[in-house]
Amino acid sequence: MGSLLGNYLFRWLIKQLQDRSEPIIVCIIYICGWSAILFVIAIFLFVFKESLPALTGIETEIAVGEIEVEQLDLGEFTTSPRWIPESAKKPAFGILALLVGTLSVTVFSILLAVPLGLGAAVYVSEFAGNKTREILKILIELLAAIPSVVWGFIGIVVMNPLITELSGEAVGLNILNAGIVLALMSVPIIVSVSEDALRAVPESFREAGLAMGANRWEMIYKVLFPAAKNGLLAAVLLGIGRGIGETMAVLMCTGHSVNMPTSLFDPVRTLTATIAAELGEAVRGDLHYHTLFLIGVVLFAFAFIINLTADLVVKGIRNQGNV
Amino acid sequence: MSKPNVNNPFAITANEVRSRKVERFVCFITLGMTWTLILPVLVILGFLFIKAWPALSVSFIFDNPEQNMTAGGIWGPLIGTFMLIIVSLLIAAPIGILAGVYLNEFARDNWFTRLINLAVVNLAGVPSIVHGLFGLGAFVYFFQMQRSLLAASCTVAVMTLPVIITSTKEALASVPQPFRVACWNMGASKWQTIRTIVLPNSISGILTGVILQVARAAGETAPILFTGAMISSRIADSGWASMVPYGLEDRFMALSYHLYIIATQWQNVPESFKYGTAIVMIGLVIAVNSVSIGFRIYLRSRKKW
Amino acid sequence: MVNLAQAWAEKYQAERSEITIEISGGGSGVGISSLTQGLADMANASRKMKAKEIRRAKKEFNLDPQEFTVGKDALAIYVHKDNPIEEITIAQLSAIYEEGGTTNTWTELGVTLAGTSNPKIVRISRQNNSGTYAYFRQHVLNDNDFKLGSIDLSGSADVVSMVEKTPGAIGYSGMGYATDGVKMVKVKLDDDSASVAPNAANVINGTYPISRPLLIYTPQTPTGTVKDYLDWILGKNGQTIIEEMGYVPLK
Repeated sequence: MGSLLGNYLFRWLIKQLQDRSEPIIVCIIYICGWSAILFVIAIFLFVFKESLPALTGIETEIAVGEIEVEQLDLGEFTTSPRWIPESAKKPAFGILALLVGTLSVTVFSILLAVPLGLGAAVYVSEFAGNKTREILKILIELLAAIPSVVWGFIGIVVMNPLITELSGEAVGLNILNAGIVLALMSVPIIVSVSEDALRAVPESFREAGLAMGANRWEMIYKVLFPAAKNGLLAAVLLGIGRGIGETMAVLMCTGHSVNMPTSLFDPVRTLTATIAAELGEAVRGDLHYHTLFLIGVVLFAFAFIINLTADLVVKGIRNQGNV
Repeated sequence: MSKPNVNNPFAITANEVRSRKVERFVCFITLGMTWTLILPVLVILGFLFIKAWPALSVSFIFDNPEQNMTAGGIWGPLIGTFMLIIVSLLIAAPIGILAGVYLNEFARDNWFTRLINLAVVNLAGVPSIVHGLFGLGAFVYFFQMQRSLLAASCTVAVMTLPVIITSTKEALASVPQPFRVACWNMGASKWQTIRTIVLPNSISGILTGVILQVARAAGETAPILFTGAMISSRIADSGWASMVPYGLEDRFMALSYHLYIIATQWQNVPESFKYGTAIVMIGLVIAVNSVSIGFRIYLRSRKKW
Repeated sequence: MVNLAQAWAEKYQAERSEITIEISGGGSGVGISSLTQGLADMANASRKMKAKEIRRAKKEFNLDPQEFTVGKDALAIYVHKDNPIEEITIAQLSAIYEEGGTTNTWTELGVTLAGTSNPKIVRISRQNNSGTYAYFRQHVLNDNDFKLGSIDLSGSADVVSMVEKTPGAIGYSGMGYATDGVKMVKVKLDDDSASVAPNAANVINGTYPISRPLLIYTPQTPTGTVKDYLDWILGKNGQTIIEEMGYVPLK
């Protein structure tokens, strides 16, 4: 009798706990749901906050009563190719060469990755049998898993000697090296997003095309590509985003040289590698330190614009009622 | 158009033959493109493995770096990476899973939800070094964690959040709506339904996403460069201290940072050690990803609906 | 000096089991910056702290950095082992490395390379957090800026291994990093002086033009465990390790 009572009491307690806690748990869920926005805003705010002193001026007292103000010259920042932040004579904070470095490596890698990636996506989606498709998708996913620093290592020990052997150039750390490595890194995401886009086109489109007498290839480029073009464009944009944001691989493969390149075989330096290589040395409160954060803001802005564009472009699918 | 063959109107015309040739040609080209992407990587991996072979042994994995990194193994960095993964997932998984629950179960289809989805996509695209800058500004300085395992784990957690959110969302979406409706009809509350039916049925999909991020956390270097990674310290060779050598407020060795240091900044490291470290890293992420892929296949075979 | 720090730490920790020494790297600049911000108990540097750095440490972080010379090193000029050049003047080095310097090919120096037909001088340099970089700039380039476009590597060992692989390269690094694949060029102050090879003897007797001190900075006057370690480094054990690593001990 007593144990039966105890049993009911226990169950009543548990139920009370569950009922009372439910609103708290739901509240936690809501907060977690909003956390993504919170973090994106937080990332921007913190990076921007740490970069502000570069823009507003840093005052340091050199001697009693004598105050020196260091401020970033935005004109120089955006137009000068001279990046000499720790100069003994006159520091220069121009990121033009770094920007060109980032863009040249990214553009070259996209030129390699997009045709190949698209071709692979077409094969996997349209020509491959089911078993082959599974295997290829797994292989490509494993490719995506290789860490960035390992790719950098590959660039140093494999690409470097390969390039010097085949081209007779003096050093193999250059745009070509980093571009090839970056292409191999971006390909998995281009293939998987393109393949998703192609798969998303309804079967009826394909059947209609084939029924009209087109062969597979004509059906692909006349029917599928236009239908999936938004998803394909998103894939390219994501690949570009990957290229711009990559740090370790380009740090190790580009030759890390502040340079306005004139050929594929010239070494360059990227924005990301500059931050990674120099942040440890910059003392907090130094113009160099805050300028590096400003470069972070620039990178964040690039990534944001690219992602926003990719997102809007993909939304275009739904709006046009294609798929 | 060539003249139809009056004897057999269904005979193959020259056009058709050409058409089929084009089709086969394109199939061949795209197959070639696929192999152009995969084959070099396999060859490179094979090359790395061969060069790493002299170094690979049980002691390489379980010994600490010795004699100025010229001998011994990679235990210190390996266990550091493990601890980083565990702590960062302990932070990221609950937040990410619950966020996915929110997005799929609670959020209404309005501009605010669209904004959240946009934020998730953007978070996924933030460059890893910017995550490092954020970690430095926020966790190391603002929250005063100083350079530590905790600061680095928080930074890595923020980095891995988007994929966990997205895969949770998709896993939950794959649970058929009738399951939920049946629960509600029986008088269950929303959270009760989620807790007892929806989550258990989508757990494999959720775990797939979480496991994928394990691999990413293991491989990234940029976020931990300034938030806690160090080159070396005394690591015990045996006992409890060798299994958990770093406290939350300690700096730690990590496999990715270790490879970067010995590949670019250290003298006299045997070549096979560098390749060996790279192979261990690759092996680690491939093993983890294979578990995730295996889960996906198991999930598909087990689905009863 | 990071390899040196590691060697010291390993030996010292083997002798004193209760002490743990944690090492982070990244160049003299990183060490000094960490010290200034109170994040390190000792900073190894191959260049002196700048006035600006000392001022910040004192003013903003209330520290009083102390400098200790623990050894010496020669900054060797490395070229590929097949490069026929034997000696070089400081002026020629400036013309190669300095911004505005006009020497860009080996032919201008009167050298024909063996392993390649490309006469371009491939300048290997260090990233700007390196003390080696700062020292070279101060003593060879007279504080003028480096010519942009050099390949900026992250470690002393890196420079030598790059020069090993590149027939047309020139680079500067500590003499302790020499390998069989490179040649150290003798340096002359100007055309009329004798050319001096980088070795321990020439560093000690002061004839090698670009020799540098190896320094350790502490945030305050060292006490306790830090002082013990510093004394050990300055003592016989530490100095023996300096010699083993290819640097020059104090005596």
